[in-house]
Formats: sequence, C-alpha cells, structure tokens
Amino acid sequence: MANGVLVIFDQNAGDIRHVVLEMLTVARSLGKGPVTALTFGTDAAKTLPKLAEYGADRAVFWESYTQYSSDGFSAAIAQSFPQFDADVILFPANAWGKDLSARLSEVLGAGLATDCLHLEAEASGRVKAIRPVYAGKALAEVVINTPVQMFSLRPNINAAEVHHVNPEVLDIAPSVDPATFQAVVVERKEAQTGTIELTEADIIVSGGRGMKAPENFQLLDALAAALGAAVGSSRPVADEGWVPHSYHIGQTGKVVSPTVYFAIGISGAIQHLAGISGSKYIVAVNNDPEAPIFKVANYGIVGDLFEVVPRLTEEIKALKAQQ
Amino acid sequence: MKILVTVKQVPDTATKIQIRADGQGIHEEGIKWVINPYDEFAIEEALRIKEKHGGEVVVLALGPSRVEEAVRQSLAMGADRAVIVTTEGSVEPATAAHALAAICQQEGFDLIITGKQAVDDDSAQVGPMIAAGLGLPQVTVVIHLEVDEASKRLRAERELEGASEIVELPYPAVVTAQRGLNEPRYPTLPNIMKAKKKEVRRVTLESLSLPAQPWVTVNRLFEPPTRPEPTILSGDPAETAKELVRLLHNQAKVL
Repeated sequence: MANGVLVIFDQNAGDIRHVVLEMLTVARSLGKGPVTALTFGTDAAKTLPKLAEYGADRAVFWESYTQYSSDGFSAAIAQSFPQFDADVILFPANAWGKDLSARLSEVLGAGLATDCLHLEAEASGRVKAIRPVYAGKALAEVVINTPVQMFSLRPNINAAEVHHVNPEVLDIAPSVDPATFQAVVVERKEAQTGTIELTEADIIVSGGRGMKAPENFQLLDALAAALGAAVGSSRPVADEGWVPHSYHIGQTGKVVSPTVYFAIGISGAIQHLAGISGSKYIVAVNNDPEAPIFKVANYGIVGDLFEVVPRLTEEIKALKAQQ
Repeated sequence: MKILVTVKQVPDTATKIQIRADGQGIHEEGIKWVINPYDEFAIEEALRIKEKHGGEVVVLALGPSRVEEAVRQSLAMGADRAVIVTTEGSVEPATAAHALAAICQQEGFDLIITGKQAVDDDSAQVGPMIAAGLGLPQVTVVIHLEVDEASKRLRAERELEGASEIVELPYPAVVTAQRGLNEPRYPTLPNIMKAKKKEVRRVTLESLSLPAQPWVTVNRLFEPPTRPEPTILSGDPAETAKELVRLLHNQAKVL
C-alpha cells in the first residue's frame, strides 16, 4: 500500500520558495515512505539541487505544463496519483497551493486541512495536524478520515533542515493535454521589485493610524530598509488608501508569522492581533501605554513614534555596520 | 445571467473567541453573527454583474436557524431570493461543498461566486470543491473580474503573494472573491423592508442524502500559547531606541 509523501509546489525560473524546503523537512519528519517532489513549468528541473539538499527522495518535473491551470493540474495529478506511491500530500498554503489543493481534494476524494502549523505522524501512520481557526484566535487539532490525507503548510513556521540525498527523477509524464485546460493563467504581474512578501517575511514593519498621514510611511520604509524587512499596515490605513490593500495585516487581510513584527502606531484591534499572533517577537511603539498591542508585545516603547522611529533606524544601521 | 452566491454566517471579526471546556466548539452566547466579509464582496460582484447584464442573483446558505439573518441581509443588499440548507450541527468543508453543489445543480446557473475563505474555519476549500464537484473551472482570490457574455468567458485578476495573475476561463465557473474586488453596498431601508418578503426556500441537509462520514474531524479546539510578559520602555526617545535594539540583539538575538 502506498505510504509515501507527495510534496507539490510551484516554482519560478527554477527558484522555489522557502516554504518548499520547510515542507520537505516536515515530509521527512513524518517517518513515512519516500518523499516525492512534484513541480511544474519551464525550468522545473532546475529545482533539483535544492530538492537534493533538503531530502526529496524522488522528483517529478512536468515542464510541459508552462501555464498554471487549476482544473488541468488537478486532473493530471489525480490521473497519475497511483504512480506517486503516496498517501499524504503536502502543499504550500499560499494562493497557488490553496487554489490547487482544495480542487485536488475534491477530485481525489481526499480530506484536506488548510494552513497547518504542525504535522505529527501517529503510530497508525495517520497524521495529526494543528491549524489556526478564527485567524489564530484559536487552534484546532484535526485528523483526516479519508485514505489519502492532504495538508497545506503555512510558510515560516517549520524549520528547513538540510538533508542531502540523491533524488531519483521519475519519468512519469502528465496524461492531460494542456489544450484541454479550461482556466488558464495568461499573464503574471509582479509587484514592484525589491519588496518582500509579508507572508514570507522574516521581519515586518507595520504602521497604523498613529502614522497620521500617508507620507509618514517613509519613516517605516527607512526602518524596513535598515532591517531588510517588509512593510505592512493595520486595516484602517489600508481602507483610507494610505497604503495598498496588499499591506493590510489582520483577520480579513494577511495573516503573518515573522520572527519579528514591529507594530508602529498600531493600537491593536482584535482583528489585527489575530493576524499577527504567529509572530515570534512583537515589538510595539505607541504613545498610549494602555494600547492593547502592549498586552501581546514582547518589547514595547511608550513614546512618540515620530521621535522614536528615526532613532531606531539609526541604531539598527549602526548595529548592522558593526556586523 | 443567473448567478448563485454561497454565503456563510460567521462571528463578527471583533468577537473574542471563547472555547468550550470540552474543546468541541466555541461559546456562541453573545456572539454577533455577520455575513462572512469575503462573501459580501461576492454578493456585491453578483449584483453588479446582474445590473450590467440582467438576470437573477440567488443566495445559498447552510447552517442553523440563525443563518436566516445573514440571508435576509444578503437579500436586502439586492439578491432576489435564497435557499437555506438547514442543519443544527457544525459542518466540515467537504460536506458543506457537497450540499451546496447539490443545490447549485438543482437551481442551474451561469456563475457561482463566493468568498475566498470564511473567517471562522479559514479553510478556503468550499469554492474550489464546488467547482471540482460540478466539473467547472475556477478562479480564486479574485480582485478584478470581467464578464464577456458574447464568448461566455471570464477574465479575472487574482492576488498572489507579491504579484497577481490574469486567468481566462469559460463559464459556467466558480469565482472566489478577495478584498479589493469591489466595495460592498449597504442595504437601504426600503430594501431591508423588501427583503422580508423575498422567497427563502429551505432544504434539510438530511434530505440531500450525502455520505455521513466527514473527511476531516476536529478533535479539539484549544487556546493559542499565551505570550510572555512584555518589557516596556519609556522615557527619552534616543535612550529607549538604543535599549530596544540592544535587547533585540543581545536578549532576543533576532537582529
């Protein structure tokens, strides 16, 4: 009976996201059968050295699938599924992975737990998952009841551990003709270059109403540049149009889990706190000592952010210069 | 165009979630129930398409009797009528998707729109599962949607991490809505009055004869780990900034 783990992910010009390395490490930690990596598109095979470094026993590259199609990819994976020798499937819990995993779940008749933080194999070979609900206001322990168990993994939670192997590249050709794909990606628009995606960022600098005006976000850009951080915001300032919607962190925006989250001029509405609860360290700067953000912060400065933030930027630059 | 919008009723995002002692759910007393925020974008988009192309907007919902409130609000926004699949128990994504897909099939449609995820269980599964179950193409996390009636095709922009992509697909199809797609309207008083008289059809979950075994079981809910006591600095800005960087570097070791 199939007992391996199939790790399915997207790649771009041979580059893979860090979450893929985290997925490979988690796949191996389950102590099941072989870990098989499956990816798609031009230059898919260029991911092989990374897959070898992080412990993929086998790899499958569907380079002919150059344009993403949720219906096409899910049909092709389902048709080839018996050849992958897997009863656990892992996806990244990003827009791509959530789109494809939920569709594949229905096509395979396999239960799916979305956005998991931790996976643990039980003696039976079944996998227990911990996942956030209510944007992290609570956690749920879930199990999948179907023979094939599917999980998507939240980025930035699990460690990626090097484990050198020599992957076998399997010659499994996809059986669905791309000409039959219905929903097809025809164009990709990159956000401005140099910006770090919030859900993958190690450090985030985020501003709220306390920033007082859109132009003051320059202060945060400078701090973020010194830290190598991404810039985010609370909901009200995104709603006001001070920053793009894509900055909005919270229950109805992005849910983030960086190592350090700087909340600058953010009071800490419950929806915002839910969206940042996965942060390892929260640092708050606010002039109101009673602001709820200080109840979840590891470190805080009560003071005028317009005085504090430029000095913080200088101190960090000085520290980085020493390093 | 006949557009179906699946709507979930969820606790308002301002709700403090209190887990029951047995871990088998949350305390519902005092919760303000609302339409899932992403489903509001779905309703609004359906109404805009109807306003442009004509047709009908039908709201589908699933849940206990309180769900009628979310349904009436959807009708007050402008949906024409509704179908509620009634069930008292909590329902996992696959069961919800299968039940709603069955109603979609009964109703017939050109387009199905829903939110990109519900802000209670955050599963983001029901839209794609309905699509796959009905053999329809899908586009999820949509921030811009164009409908071409002549060619019966959609062109959608969907949000990715740090990028977006354009997806083209034929319809009937399933679309899931992301914030930014539109600005949902508020129901007007006359429309709230009208909504009270609009047709709401009820179907029991049992009558759909779906398989009883859930695909996913929640063993228990539990509290997230509590955060440690904070170190709060105040006083001279230069001094506090210096001390904070020292703590992050030497104590937390994150810089």
